[in-house]
Amino acid sequence: MSEVKFSKEHEWIKLDGDTATIGITQHATEMLGDIVFVELPEIGSSVAKDGNAGVVESTKAASDIYTPVSGKIIENNQSIVDDPAKVNSDPENEAWFFKLKITNKSEMDLLMNKEDYEKFSKESSN
Amino acid sequence: MENKKTALNSLHKKYGAKLVTFAGYEMPIQYSKSIIEEHKSTRENAGIFDVSHMGQLSIKGNNSLAEDLEKIFPTDLKNCKLNQSKYSFLLNDEAGIHDDLIITKVVGGYNVVLNAACKYSDFELLKKLLGDKYEINLSEELSLIAIQGPKAVQILEKIIHTVSELKFMNGNTFNYLDESIYITRSGYTGEDGFEISMKNKYAELFTEKLINGGANLIGLGARDTLRLEAGLCLYGHDMDINKSPIEANLKWAISKNRIISGGFIGFKKIKFQIENGINKVRVGIKPEGRIIARANTVIFSEDNKNIGEITSGTFGPSIQVPIAMGYIESSFSKINTKIFLEVRGKKYPASISSLPFYKKSYVKGANK
Repeated sequence: MSEVKFSKEHEWIKLDGDTATIGITQHATEMLGDIVFVELPEIGSSVAKDGNAGVVESTKAASDIYTPVSGKIIENNQSIVDDPAKVNSDPENEAWFFKLKITNKSEMDLLMNKEDYEKFSKESSN
Repeated sequence: MENKKTALNSLHKKYGAKLVTFAGYEMPIQYSKSIIEEHKSTRENAGIFDVSHMGQLSIKGNNSLAEDLEKIFPTDLKNCKLNQSKYSFLLNDEAGIHDDLIITKVVGGYNVVLNAACKYSDFELLKKLLGDKYEINLSEELSLIAIQGPKAVQILEKIIHTVSELKFMNGNTFNYLDESIYITRSGYTGEDGFEISMKNKYAELFTEKLINGGANLIGLGARDTLRLEAGLCLYGHDMDINKSPIEANLKWAISKNRIISGGFIGFKKIKFQIENGINKVRVGIKPEGRIIARANTVIFSEDNKNIGEITSGTFGPSIQVPIAMGYIESSFSKINTKIFLEVRGKKYPASISSLPFYKKSYVKGANK
């Protein structure tokens, strides 16, 4: 069974074996507004936990995307680069950002489960 | 310091506005989830904007007023017809822009609409420049509501009959309930529309009528994308005290006869710049692809020379490409010149574009 966790930077991460799929949450898209630009990390590049792994821009401003775990990028989702509005319409499914090969599975333990994240995002938007 | 509130503050909240601080006021940045939707509804239907934070100044006086105002503003005010509006500037001696404004000739004097962030300093400056010869007042009792977009005229006509007869950049007094209100056919979105000045106590009811008529409330977020698509400057970004109207590419706003006759503040510098050229000029910029270059992005030439800086940049929802404006060395200002924009340490290709990015649909017919 795959495990979905959430970060304080409003990313979601789904782990299947040692492959993690990462995107931004519905709550994040609501805070950002219309996404009009997406930049993703290059395939083959290594990213470190909480490090920069892309950029999204709304009509208002640019925001960095962070990776909640360390690993090597094995795939990125070109369809959201071509059509950034997809991030607003389906952020937690089709509009995933990138996949990586996780190097340290214990980093998953530091992240929030769905229930905790919902509480966290509710509090942080007040 | 606590933010000021416009007369529409509770209406903004009622309609779910996300409120932000802008020029010392609590103002709506957006009402819906999508700034793009608000933008498009203005272009396709009609948008309502609370612009009551802007300064509404009145100057009353006798026949010498036009002459004295011409010593300040670079605009032909002596030949300004009753109810005609003109875009103008408050300049310093070096032709740096204190503020850009709209001045309208009304019975007994002039109305001036000023930027919110500049209105108090403008007021003090104008009092100093005009002395105590004239009655000059910055209103706190008036609201200013704009309705913009292709359906603006039909929605407003249902509330204010004969308003559709107004020509672009012209105004008039109309009756609303038992009050007289002043309406000009103008705006800052690149669309046909109106700006309605009325007492604060009527603002909420009037806005509800516009909503019932089919117009949507629009926040500052979409106001910014709309004005940038229309190639219009935002004070403090695309123009400021260090730039002249000539450098801001707004020479058209200085009346031709005033360029010859002079006698206004900053004239010497403007004349010099017209005769000798300028080093930097405001241009439109279109990045290639989807990259967005925002304010302070550095502009490079093809041979990697720093040649300027972006002052506004966003994604244009109606034209579906990123757009920007900025100041660039004059020799690179020709349309289609290839340039590079440094965003997050990487250089992206772009080119100089004509302005506006989005073609205006003003109702013409007014005298210039």
